Amino acid sequence: MESWRKNPVVFWLLNLGPAFWLFVFFIVPLTIVWVVSFGEKRGIVDIEITWTLANYVRAVEPLYLEIFWKSIVMAGIATLACLIVGYPVAFAIAFAPERLKAILLIAVVLPFWINALIRTYALIAVFRSRGSINFGLEWLWEQANGLLGLIGLGELALLGEKFAPLPLLYNNTAVTLGIVYAFFPFMVLPLYANIEKIDRSYIEASLDLGAGQWRTFFSVIFPLTWHGVMSGVIIVFVPALGAFFIPDLLGGTDSQLIGNVIERQFKSANDWPFGGALSFLLMYLTFGALALRAAVSGRKQGLEA
Amino acid sequence: MAEGLPIIRIKEVTKRFGQTVTAVDDVSLDIREGEFFALLGPSGCGKTTLLRMIAGFETPSEGQILIDGQDMSKVPPNRRPINMVFQSYAVFPHMTVADNVGYGLKVTNVPKAEIRERAEEALELVKLGGLGGRKPDQLSGGQRQRVALARALVKRPKVLLLDEPLSALDAKLREAMQLELVRLQHAVGITFVIVTHDQNEALSMANRIAVMEHGKVRQLAPPSELYEFPNCRFVADFIGKMNLFEGRVAGVSGEEVLVEVQGLGRFSLPGEGEASGEVGIAVRPEKVRLRREKPDEDMVAVHGKVSEVAYYGGSSFVYVTDDTGRTISVNQQNEARTAEPGVTIGDELWCAWKPRDSLLLRA
Amino acid sequence: MSAGQGAGPAGGGKWTVLRRREAVGPLEYTRRWWMRLTVGATFLMLYAPIILLVVYSFNDSRRNIVWRGFTFKYYEKAWNNESLIEAFVNSLAIAVVNTLVATILGVLVAIALWRFRFPGKAAYEGFMMLPIVIPEICMGVAMMAFFARVGWPTGLPWPLTLSNIMIAHIAFSFPFVAVTVRGRLVGFNRELEDASKDLGASEWQTMRYIVLPYLRPGIIAGALIAFTLSLDDFVITFFTAGPNSVTLPVKIFSMVRFSVTPEVNAASTVLIVITVIATVLAMRFQSPSRRAGGEEG
Repeated sequence: MESWRKNPVVFWLLNLGPAFWLFVFFIVPLTIVWVVSFGEKRGIVDIEITWTLANYVRAVEPLYLEIFWKSIVMAGIATLACLIVGYPVAFAIAFAPERLKAILLIAVVLPFWINALIRTYALIAVFRSRGSINFGLEWLWEQANGLLGLIGLGELALLGEKFAPLPLLYNNTAVTLGIVYAFFPFMVLPLYANIEKIDRSYIEASLDLGAGQWRTFFSVIFPLTWHGVMSGVIIVFVPALGAFFIPDLLGGTDSQLIGNVIERQFKSANDWPFGGALSFLLMYLTFGALALRAAVSGRKQGLEA
Repeated sequence: MAEGLPIIRIKEVTKRFGQTVTAVDDVSLDIREGEFFALLGPSGCGKTTLLRMIAGFETPSEGQILIDGQDMSKVPPNRRPINMVFQSYAVFPHMTVADNVGYGLKVTNVPKAEIRERAEEALELVKLGGLGGRKPDQLSGGQRQRVALARALVKRPKVLLLDEPLSALDAKLREAMQLELVRLQHAVGITFVIVTHDQNEALSMANRIAVMEHGKVRQLAPPSELYEFPNCRFVADFIGKMNLFEGRVAGVSGEEVLVEVQGLGRFSLPGEGEASGEVGIAVRPEKVRLRREKPDEDMVAVHGKVSEVAYYGGSSFVYVTDDTGRTISVNQQNEARTAEPGVTIGDELWCAWKPRDSLLLRA
Repeated sequence: MSAGQGAGPAGGGKWTVLRRREAVGPLEYTRRWWMRLTVGATFLMLYAPIILLVVYSFNDSRRNIVWRGFTFKYYEKAWNNESLIEAFVNSLAIAVVNTLVATILGVLVAIALWRFRFPGKAAYEGFMMLPIVIPEICMGVAMMAFFARVGWPTGLPWPLTLSNIMIAHIAFSFPFVAVTVRGRLVGFNRELEDASKDLGASEWQTMRYIVLPYLRPGIIAGALIAFTLSLDDFVITFFTAGPNSVTLPVKIFSMVRFSVTPEVNAASTVLIVITVIATVLAMRFQSPSRRAGGEEG
């Protein structure tokens, strides 16, 4: 690596474009929202920057605080679910034979590149009252009823008069499942990268010294993959926190998350100052989570995107 | 090899990195035309930095480097009449062997036909004729190094720089390559400057060696002089094995210095300088003899007990712990054919050597 | 898609032999039944909805999920749906422009960060990562606010109507290209650059003959990632798109909000196929086997 002074022409040629773009089309827009968040709405489009904190005060009113809290809880549950399912999968991939490993890796990553919106839509088709799951259940119900009829119990209608589809969609569970489904690969990749790096002889040493497989897992493997766990948790948690079309499409009336509230301020309610305050609070929350990860997972590793 | 004119002159060169690190500290030396020159030292001594300054990848903080009489301070690496063999060989992985060798000619607009001819010639020279179509990942480590050599030599540089060229090879190959490099240097008659941390490499190949430590050149001399007459404790200890004793000067008379060392008594050895002060007394393991009886008065002698014997086939190293707890290593040639060990652990005996075989080290 | 069945026919044969003869080794976790069950079930859950979505785009039935025979009719319908096609063309145009610009910017900044030391570098790198880490919705509203505040012209002719979306897409996707290219640069032996200059090549010749050829797989992978990111983006586009600049994901969103129709399935399938192809290509260019040099002489 050389000092930029040694070759300033090349340095500026390389940096001018990207730095310009980043500044004008990223930093400036964020700054605008930040400034607006200290403003007051004067008309339909007029905003006066009065450096008031009213928008932030409003954002921590119980109503919105509850939404923030709900977003955190739902994103947290979804993250935990991703971790519990993702760990064994990442583990299996890391220990698979070479050829299979490549195939499994692609298989995990592929859905991640398919539009999250489309995948959410695919879930609707599975969950809705006339969707795949209820259809399968109905078929089972009919079979069971037929069986009951065969053994002479049909008259009693033990399973009810008619199949009642399960209400799988438009509730908080659906939203949580949707988040898990959308961000699952984000969890598997960092976990895989970390498990893969473990020197196999650590595991062998542990087994050799008399620890069983489970003991080895909790005393050796899991602690060694702590970085990966932290990365995965943050990488899932952060976008889950800001999700807005998943609750919009899969959730019911009480499934509003913070993303939906922000969207409403900018799109329909047209209250930019308040929306700006909310989105900056969301951003601070995100930075908090990232800082936590940096603090926990230690000094040496940078961002593994 | 004629005592040629200096092809490279390094004049009071200092290189600092940041405020605190001085990698090369006020070094001045001349490298003569046609010689095989080695920069030797432990890692971090500044030898690679010095080489990279000659190549132009680093600029001196102070001082001047002249190549063939020309000041190089404003000349970028691609305009210098020297070429380098890199530690990792740096053979371009996406080009064939022939393209690698021809690269330096292509970028300086040599006609295509000439490139092909000269590249093939250079590959013959390093015994890789006919492998021009291969990709680097189809070559062994040794072959890749030959590609790097051919690629540099094809440019017909005034000086060839080699940065730890043998460190990535296994022991057998390294030995063969040492001879090969000497042969090549004779064949092309170009000045070679090699950087190495391996004293054997430097001793066996170079005409002259500069031993470096902490950015300074401690001694610059031909191999045998360096080995037999090191000028300081560092060089004595770094080149070969050495027994070092701390003593003090008791007197000076003419070309002799009288020293006194605890356990060894008083004896005089060749040297000059002040008639007082702390000095180091050094003696090579192969100059020391083992005696069952107390030797004559004209020998320097110390009594001790054998603490370890290491057998190396042609010779053995016997480690003797003397009465004050110092360990003296003795190299014994296994001249007669016998399975019986000459000495065994626990033997009490004398280590003895001629006073003039020991060296006086003031630095 | 369960573990163990993935290998090809030749490998499959070897596998069965191995499985019969050898007991499961202590570290052969993939050969344990419960592990396979977990992995198999996960992949089923991961893929079943997508596969069903694709399958139903060919189902000759509007409402029912029972299979009523194969049909292309919903693709035809989608094809004749003018606003859908317009959205699709918009998406492609944005993705192409985005890929070009984002790749150039990403490569430039990756090389700059790899090559130079300069004051404030850590902060600069941090800002470069920001578009990757901040919630999409925050970036979306920021873009919306920005274009409204600077008074970006709205009534422009096509494709300039898409310019604001393109700008936003480039802003969030070029850092991804930079990350990909830097990943490749990490493995670059700096002595190659020195060697090139030592052999007489200028700055520009070194860039052209040594650095860029080495980076090519990373650049291609980065470009494909930029392409998919742009084609797939919904959130940021949703906030920047106007009535005349609807993209495919935005269009699909508005359709999905009303109802579940096989047409949406058809449009989604097309988008899935394009992204899957681009992704598989990107991964092939990034894979380590390519890195080693590939073709045997």
